[in-house]
Amino acid sequence: MSTVRIPPTLRTATGGEKLVNVPGGTVREVIRGLVDAHPGLESQLLTQDGDLNRFVNAFLNDTDVRHLQALETHVGDGDTLVLLPAMAGG
Amino acid sequence: MTAPTLTPPTWTATPASPAATPAGPAATASHAQRITGMACRNCGLAQPLAVAYVCPACFGPLEVTYDYDVIAATLTRETIASRPPGIWRYLELLPVDAPPARSLPVGSTPLLRGDRLAPVLGVDRLWIKDDTRNPSLSFKDRPAAIAAARAVDFAVPALACASTGNLAGATAAAAAAVGLPAYVFIPADLETAKVDHALSYGATVVPIDGTYDDVNRLCLEIADETGWGFININLRPFYAEGSKTLAYEIAESLGWRSPDVVVAPVASGAMFTRVARGFEELAEIGLIERRPIRFVGGQAAGCSPVATAYEAGTDVIEPVRQPDTIVRSLAIGNPADGRYAVELARDSGGSVEAIADAVTAELIRDVARLEGIFPETAGGVTLGAVAAARRRGVIRKDDEVVALLTGNGLKTPDARTLGVAAGVGLAPVLRPSLSAFEAWLEAQS
Repeated sequence: MSTVRIPPTLRTATGGEKLVNVPGGTVREVIRGLVDAHPGLESQLLTQDGDLNRFVNAFLNDTDVRHLQALETHVGDGDTLVLLPAMAGG
Repeated sequence: MTAPTLTPPTWTATPASPAATPAGPAATASHAQRITGMACRNCGLAQPLAVAYVCPACFGPLEVTYDYDVIAATLTRETIASRPPGIWRYLELLPVDAPPARSLPVGSTPLLRGDRLAPVLGVDRLWIKDDTRNPSLSFKDRPAAIAAARAVDFAVPALACASTGNLAGATAAAAAAVGLPAYVFIPADLETAKVDHALSYGATVVPIDGTYDDVNRLCLEIADETGWGFININLRPFYAEGSKTLAYEIAESLGWRSPDVVVAPVASGAMFTRVARGFEELAEIGLIERRPIRFVGGQAAGCSPVATAYEAGTDVIEPVRQPDTIVRSLAIGNPADGRYAVELARDSGGSVEAIADAVTAELIRDVARLEGIFPETAGGVTLGAVAAARRRGVIRKDDEVVALLTGNGLKTPDARTLGVAAGVGLAPVLRPSLSAFEAWLEAQS
């Protein structure tokens, strides 16, 4: 079971929960599990093709998953996935 | 080259004094009329003005929205000309209600002819927007001033930022001016001069063991937890607007018209895209004629995700994990506005160029010795982009080109010497005697 940290913008859909435990062996499966548990997140996180919305960046244990194997990156027990807005900084 | 009126407004009194700023709220359309709120750039969802930057519906970026009919009815060339120098002379186009009671004298930097440098770059008509002269020595004072003004309105407890260096000083200085504590997060290996600069204004500097993108990701999380006003995160919709003032000043300096080409450095892409918007706004409200402008961006070859996307003909930005360049101010591997920057360059007929560090250093030396302007590394990249776009044919020889030099070379003193022997031009220590001098001078010939 991994932990997903939910940014404030998305917490309405998780009933205010900041940390959500989600099963899944890859980033894709974890995000899918998160969306299944909280359907209100689907339109915010995923495209119609099931890919990550381009305005969302996902970090597994503080590393951008695009520097790993993207949505197919392996997720282990105790890992932390953080979802953050892409439009920041600079 | 025909020389239009280029004399910038003269700083005669600190605009920190409201009494010295005729552009007060009574002289303008009210906030409620001209600033209509915020809206998502992606899906258009309207939102109220707040310390917020993310669309709650689609996660897209929030931007400030205006009623340009209201602005056009009140803002004229004459009104602007009657006001003191600085960014607040364009108040109606900025996301603040009134000039703040306290702020630094930002903007109204000169547009200078680059006649001696122009042949080096292969162009006939070159203007240099010398933004090395702002209070903390970079263009970042512009967006920082807007964000700081809004931070005061929103009563945030502290100002903060994630910085590649220039914003560190700008945030620290702006915080000092408005009396807020400042927390500046930087990559731990940033240039010493930039760290010392931020420290000098009383900021708390927090070095992070990682790249700028690591710092930025951490700051997103800190912003959520602390409620601090992160200038380029949760205040970003206001911050980004500050860079529009570069366009306003260029147009005003050229006698209220636009050039053929604007060349600017690209890090996150926020400034590059907002300069374009600034020109578009001036056309929208009738202050300039709407003419095509090609926008050319410059990136360091060692961190060029936007240039790579441009070359590949895509707008998908592949992030760079480990930037490898002396151009620390542009070393953003995951640029927030990268997609919009590529679209701007492509749609305008411009380009995004990747410049090798050796070229950057050489052009820093060239512009310093030929024009008397000493830019930091991003300036060398910008000038490299002028030459590269000229070779590509994006810039024609007789185009009127404006190059934005956005930071001062004193921030990156080591970059100048890349590729040359240290101490060139530096005489040995001489005894204080005329004979010693004459002997040394004789040895030079």
